[in-house]
Amino acid sequence: MSTLSINGENHTIDVPPDMPLLWVLRDIVGLTGTKFGCGIAQCGACTVHLDGVAVRSCVLPIAAVGDRKVTTIEGVGDTPAGRKVQEAWRQLDVVQCGYCQSGQVMSAAALLTTVPDPNDADIDAAMAGNICRCGTYHRIRAAIKQAAKEA
Amino acid sequence: MSQGLIEAGHHAARAGLSRRTFLKLGVTAGVAASGGLLIGFSLPAASQDRSKGKSVIGGDAIESPQDGIFAPNAFVQIDKSGKIVLIMPKVEMGQGVYTALPMLIAEELEVPLDSVTIDHAPPNEKLFTDPLLGGQLTGGSTSVRYAWEPLRKAGAAARMMLVAAAAQQWQCDPSSCMAQGGKVLHASGDRSASYAELAEAAARLPVPQDIKLKDPNSFKIIGTPVRRLDSPEKVDGTAMFGLDVRLPDMVYAAIVNCPVFGGTLASVDDSNAKKIPGVRQVVKFDNGVAVIGEHTWAAKRGAAALQIQWNEGPSASVSTKQIVDDMAHASQRTGAVARKEGDVNNAFSSAKTRVDAVYVQPFLAHATMEPINCTVHVRPDGCDIWLGTQVPTRIRDAGMKATGLPADKIFVHNHLLGGGFGRRLEFDMATQALKIGKALGVPVKVTWSREEDIQHDMYRPCYYDKLSAGLDANGKPVAWTHRIVGSSVLARFAPPAFKDGIDPDAVEVASDLPYDLPNQLVDYVRLEPHDVPTAFWRGVGPTRGTFVVESFIDELAIQAKADPVEYRRALLGKSPRARNVLDVATQAAGWGKQSVPQGQGRGVSVMHAFGSFFSIVADVAVDKDGAVKVNRIVCAVDCGMVVNPNTVEAQVQGGIIFGITAALYSEITIKDGRVEQSNFTDYRMLRIHETPPVEVHIVKSMESPGGIGEPGTAALAPAITNAIHAATGKRLRQLPVGNQLRSA
Repeated sequence: MSTLSINGENHTIDVPPDMPLLWVLRDIVGLTGTKFGCGIAQCGACTVHLDGVAVRSCVLPIAAVGDRKVTTIEGVGDTPAGRKVQEAWRQLDVVQCGYCQSGQVMSAAALLTTVPDPNDADIDAAMAGNICRCGTYHRIRAAIKQAAKEA
Repeated sequence: MSQGLIEAGHHAARAGLSRRTFLKLGVTAGVAASGGLLIGFSLPAASQDRSKGKSVIGGDAIESPQDGIFAPNAFVQIDKSGKIVLIMPKVEMGQGVYTALPMLIAEELEVPLDSVTIDHAPPNEKLFTDPLLGGQLTGGSTSVRYAWEPLRKAGAAARMMLVAAAAQQWQCDPSSCMAQGGKVLHASGDRSASYAELAEAAARLPVPQDIKLKDPNSFKIIGTPVRRLDSPEKVDGTAMFGLDVRLPDMVYAAIVNCPVFGGTLASVDDSNAKKIPGVRQVVKFDNGVAVIGEHTWAAKRGAAALQIQWNEGPSASVSTKQIVDDMAHASQRTGAVARKEGDVNNAFSSAKTRVDAVYVQPFLAHATMEPINCTVHVRPDGCDIWLGTQVPTRIRDAGMKATGLPADKIFVHNHLLGGGFGRRLEFDMATQALKIGKALGVPVKVTWSREEDIQHDMYRPCYYDKLSAGLDANGKPVAWTHRIVGSSVLARFAPPAFKDGIDPDAVEVASDLPYDLPNQLVDYVRLEPHDVPTAFWRGVGPTRGTFVVESFIDELAIQAKADPVEYRRALLGKSPRARNVLDVATQAAGWGKQSVPQGQGRGVSVMHAFGSFFSIVADVAVDKDGAVKVNRIVCAVDCGMVVNPNTVEAQVQGGIIFGITAALYSEITIKDGRVEQSNFTDYRMLRIHETPPVEVHIVKSMESPGGIGEPGTAALAPAITNAIHAATGKRLRQLPVGNQLRSA
């Protein structure tokens, strides 16, 4: 049994300690906005925040979460950076199929939390771990810059 | 508790709904026979599990609406509360049809886009067949081309009936009434009625036969940049993809497929798998094993613990080299003639010079971001299937075949697709999930690992193209022969389309070049790559054909010592739209205006496919170690009348990025009958820091709409390899670029 703080709510979870946070969120808690893409931290679709820092939940055993607070795509809109990123994503019509976008939004929100006015190199460094097969990268870059302007 | 959990009782709800057995179908749409509709409907389940209640996408369309709902055709339903539901004959996989198609209906229906809800169409060929594809399919960049007239007519017919209902109530002539903003107004200005108020009366009126569409000059929605209707739910995590389905009592399955194509299961020792906490059961089937768990993690761990013996079968020694060697051998044969003009033999004998080339293109995986998955619940009296699919009717048919149940007992619940690109034109995942579901009796979600997804895809075929051209004294091509060797996807996918040895997809572009070539012979030799399964892939035939012909025409220009753009222009006299996009792209890119630095090169391509015209200029840099970087892409597109310019730009940019990934990196190779690649580590995708600027120039046109989802991908590769030739003098006749320029 372990207790996780997810989007401000405590959840008591009874699963094997090596179970990645991704499957806890999706299969046990029922938060399906966080996506499975590769299972080896190569695509970023599963990105969530631990205490505001972007991590790949597909390779993070639940035992390693500790008492850090988990924020997912369903809760990131309640943070200042997440709200701005989601608004910019909507305004610039970033999404296509949308499957990777939860992870893209989470990575972008974590970036803006630490670097409020990122340049292209900052964006490259923060977003290179998130694959978009539809190829929405131009609008992702533009939307991050727009979200930064809203600060 | 759980978000995303489809509430219990969907079967009870289904049984409890009344069923109106007659719909005024298809009269206006031109795609359906009128008549009764008795196919099973299903509760719009997905709409009930929205935590935030603001989703635009409702769920499954109810096929037999209750009395009082105004449903003049298969695409529009308006109820007494004023709820407007638009039923989408095409599926949304990122290409923006859940915005473009509602735009077409709303334009004529005279309703604001923010007032509509969108439902996925159920499987029904009578209502939703796309004549361009011969079925209820989404693919081939046909969605807007198909929908352009029938969906505007569907909206217009509904509007005319609502106006007629108002005129009847007001006892006036319909011509004194007009529709606007979801209401009917009387010309006097003193009377108005909302569509909600009119729906019931309109439902009793006959469907008009003579439908007048708006003059395009009066469009208010079509042609304007509209934001995607599905954007909010894809930004906040509430969008429902197939993988997100959750059901009461659902179990989770992980799969191990036989690693060798065509192989079968011999035996499995599952004793270790069954010791893993949360593993419930192991299900064997003909060519694989499924481990059933209480959650995906238990199932995955169980799958990893299986010890399996396979009957590898006759393909266990197949390799890429063998497949290419076989194609080279087959290219000696005469193929089925796809295009013949003039007399090539005569033309070759009078030609001044001759150019010969062979091009080879690899197998490609689709690698949709949403790995392959399917959820099923098989019962003695019915079967539900949840997934995102491009082919709902084929999924229904797979359900019938697997269960022996009739069509009205198979309920397909379509979802948003986390990428399609042709992969979800196949139904193998449903067939497999149904085998597992039959053994269980409870709902089961089957999720493939990324490794299974890459290694058990159905692949864009490997192709071998052999070309020769004869040039006259001025360097102009007077003879052109092109032999295409490769798998026929169509022969499997739609057998009647494969006629007289010709696969129209495999020879597309090659057999219908925009260039003026007086003597040409294009033929096709079908050769299947042993047991490696092949399928459509973004850009389909034109992706294969354009790489070859746009590379070869570049070779001819260089042989003729001509500028590649001028050389093409001179041959495009009969295709002014192709010449125009070439001019727009090359002028925007500054072709010939500035010199290109050492180690850099600029290449061009032009294409007519999917009803659209496309030209790309690529700037690349090749460093001293042979690494290629794409610096900039400029493209021009003439896709006829534009429905949503916002989507056109996004599709072109995305299609080009998809094309750059393939041109630079992508290759599925076979060794010992197995795929060698397994995940994004060795099947690499272009990432944000590698993505060049992509300038999109949309040419204004009043022609009928052309396709836009695939042309960017299809036209991209030759612009890159032509630019590499300009930079290095090396002609790459094989894709991907990969390490071909690396110093050994």
